[in-house]
Amino acid sequence: MFAYYLRLGWASLRRNPILTTLMVLGIALGVGTSMTTLTVMYLMGSDPIPWKSSALHFVQVDNWDPAQGYNADGSPPDQLTYRDAMAFLQAHKADHQAVMYKVSMPVQPDNADIKPFNSLGRATSADFFAMFEPPFKYGGSWDRGQDDQHARVVVLSDKTNEKLFGGSNSVGRRVRLNDIDYDVVGVLAPWQPRIKFYDLTNGSLSAPEGFYLPFSTAIELKTGSAGNNSCWNNTNSGWDAYLESECVWLQMWVQTDSAATYEGYRAYLDNYVAEQKKLGRFPRPSNNRLLNVREWMTDQKVVSGDVEVQSGLSLAFLAVCLLNTIGLLLSKFMRKSGEIGLRRALGASRRQIFAQHLIEAGVIGISGGLIGLLLTFAGLWIVRLLYADFAKVATLDWVMVLATILLAIAASLLAGLYPTWRACRVVPALQLKTQ
Amino acid sequence: MEIRPILSALMRSKVSMILIGLQVALTLAIVCNALFIIGQRMERMNRPSGMNETDTFWFGSVGFGQGYDARSVLKSDLEVLRRMPGVADATTTNSVPMSDGGWQSGISLQPKQKTSTANSTMYIVDSHALDTYGVKLIAGRDFKPEEIEDHPFGDRLQPKVVIVTKALADKLFPGGDALGKPIYLDEDPPTSTIVGIVERTQQPWIDSDTIENSTFIPAFMPYGNRTRYLVRAEPGRRDEVIKAVEQKMSEVNPSRIIGKIRTIEQVRQEGYAGDRAMAIILAAVIVALLTITALGIVGMASFWVAQRTKQIGTRRALGATKFDILRYFQTENFIITTLGLLVGGVLAYALSLWLMHAYQSPRLPWYYVPIGFVCLWLLGQIAVLGPALRASRVPPAVATRSV
Repeated sequence: MFAYYLRLGWASLRRNPILTTLMVLGIALGVGTSMTTLTVMYLMGSDPIPWKSSALHFVQVDNWDPAQGYNADGSPPDQLTYRDAMAFLQAHKADHQAVMYKVSMPVQPDNADIKPFNSLGRATSADFFAMFEPPFKYGGSWDRGQDDQHARVVVLSDKTNEKLFGGSNSVGRRVRLNDIDYDVVGVLAPWQPRIKFYDLTNGSLSAPEGFYLPFSTAIELKTGSAGNNSCWNNTNSGWDAYLESECVWLQMWVQTDSAATYEGYRAYLDNYVAEQKKLGRFPRPSNNRLLNVREWMTDQKVVSGDVEVQSGLSLAFLAVCLLNTIGLLLSKFMRKSGEIGLRRALGASRRQIFAQHLIEAGVIGISGGLIGLLLTFAGLWIVRLLYADFAKVATLDWVMVLATILLAIAASLLAGLYPTWRACRVVPALQLKTQ
Repeated sequence: MEIRPILSALMRSKVSMILIGLQVALTLAIVCNALFIIGQRMERMNRPSGMNETDTFWFGSVGFGQGYDARSVLKSDLEVLRRMPGVADATTTNSVPMSDGGWQSGISLQPKQKTSTANSTMYIVDSHALDTYGVKLIAGRDFKPEEIEDHPFGDRLQPKVVIVTKALADKLFPGGDALGKPIYLDEDPPTSTIVGIVERTQQPWIDSDTIENSTFIPAFMPYGNRTRYLVRAEPGRRDEVIKAVEQKMSEVNPSRIIGKIRTIEQVRQEGYAGDRAMAIILAAVIVALLTITALGIVGMASFWVAQRTKQIGTRRALGATKFDILRYFQTENFIITTLGLLVGGVLAYALSLWLMHAYQSPRLPWYYVPIGFVCLWLLGQIAVLGPALRASRVPPAVATRSV
């Protein structure tokens, strides 16, 4: 029966190719547009580290100017001073803790054939690797002991290793960064989280760093930040004064594996700020925050307003396409009233008429969905052209391919339902009489 | 006018009418708001930066190796650059408009002032800055070469003289008498005197709400081993100068890395990429939407014409002219569209309210909706013209034939 209805549907669609094309294109355009924008929104907003996003927390305290808050909405600064970050790091109150900042250094290859180049890196603690779990290709991370010794060690990205050592195992070899030699302890496999969630301050879509070195080493070598730095209190000249200042330029993450540790950490922060207030720091009301990865991404508006508005408008566009298809299907089915009446008079049940027409609508939906899928690929390609840094968030994964097809089928069934219902309400006698 | 028969005919296909009406309504709401957003973005993108964007480019240099002295490299680089053929002028700087990176600080009028009077970008430049940027001096004077001080990075910056933009001058001294006045770049004296006012220089941050508050500070101040230069080529020679500069800079000092040279046009392009993308995507949605709606009207009208062929023939046989038939369908479309537009007008303002609430966007100006009305009326009339013409060509004899 199904095959017969399919054949009937096909014949009916072919009888009026322009109308059919119009309906299929309508669904395809609506699905293509909305899936393009929804994919970007979904990928931007989706959890980049789902297995532990609720255990990782971003540390914020408000050391800012009493006369003027850091943010207009009263939220605390998104970075920490050196003094506070060091205190938190040395307290070891969480299961893991990592302080970090963005650095930029010239890389001076031994091999004279490779020209020196500038590279962005990250100065951080050993725990960074345990917390954010970048995959290692060779070797591993340095350890907390090496943090304490200000060891001259480095972890290279896959790309940097490719450039300097042709991709071979470089663990144990030396790399010269800004005139200092470092021992390579590890090389990462290609790693780029969709959203660079561990440093939203310096660009949620920016490329991963070329190397990682111990935070303590970078500080000892007086390496300034290549990222955001904000100050409010006047500071004296020199590096040591900078470290003592109220300038915020460091990000800090802690990992708490249990609710108790989390609560403990909150209490520790409150206590720390209260103590500092006694020393005359933290002039603003206490405003400590310990957001997890998802909360922090929401707070920092990783999914931009533009992306949300685009998604909203393209969903409204899909609604228009559906209305359009409903209208066209309705006219089409109503025009066949005579035929339907005849089939009913010859003994076809309402149920059969219903099935027949729903299949016809389904054919339109599936064709529209498939074309819509192609349009989604094209749309995402255009989005990648328009937004240079969207490479990671404007691609279809299998979830979104499936979602696209399901959306198309759901849309066409939704569009087909009312016209089909009207079709099977056709009264045979009335139709036959007018013939 | 035959409104009544049209209405009674419409009442018999209520659902189709509602479908088309709703389509028109949603289209109006989306098109109005999308057009408004596009307009805002274009306005943003068209704001002048105040500088010469066509002939200028900038780049950075990072030195390494024992004994690299960034300050002397900075001075010799500037000399080399200014002597190169095709170079109109060059300056050291820390940032340029639209580049999204720079230094922002508060400016006060009193020592130890609790809240600063205005925020400003600090462009750290030398005495060639105004000429290189191509900004217009509207009062006072330019920096003198002897006013450019050697400044260690990280030290407090309290220059004797500064040049500010008109926007900043007006913010600091609403009386318009900023020239010659002392200002505090830091909490304490010494103060800095405003010796010049330029017409306009934007900050590096395009989202800043005080985008024209900028200050030029005269200082040679490398950031560690890093120095940055802005170069203005003679008109039409920018691209050849870039190639020559790239080559020359590596030649004069091999123990450093010359960063990617960017024209200010590229800086603008990259800075506003998001706005441009938003405008293009919304424009595409608008075009697709209008097309779908128009085709929907064509489809529906064609169906009605086919369904009513017999009645049309009868009317023609009873004396209706071709024009009467044409007018019938045009009027019918006008009524449906108008009903849809009335709903759509409300929807458009509702959507605008939501955008205001959720994204702090400005209110949709009232005239967008009436303009939208006119456009969609026209769209509807044009879309229905084909089917209506076909209807008008139905011969009266059809009335006597059975289908």
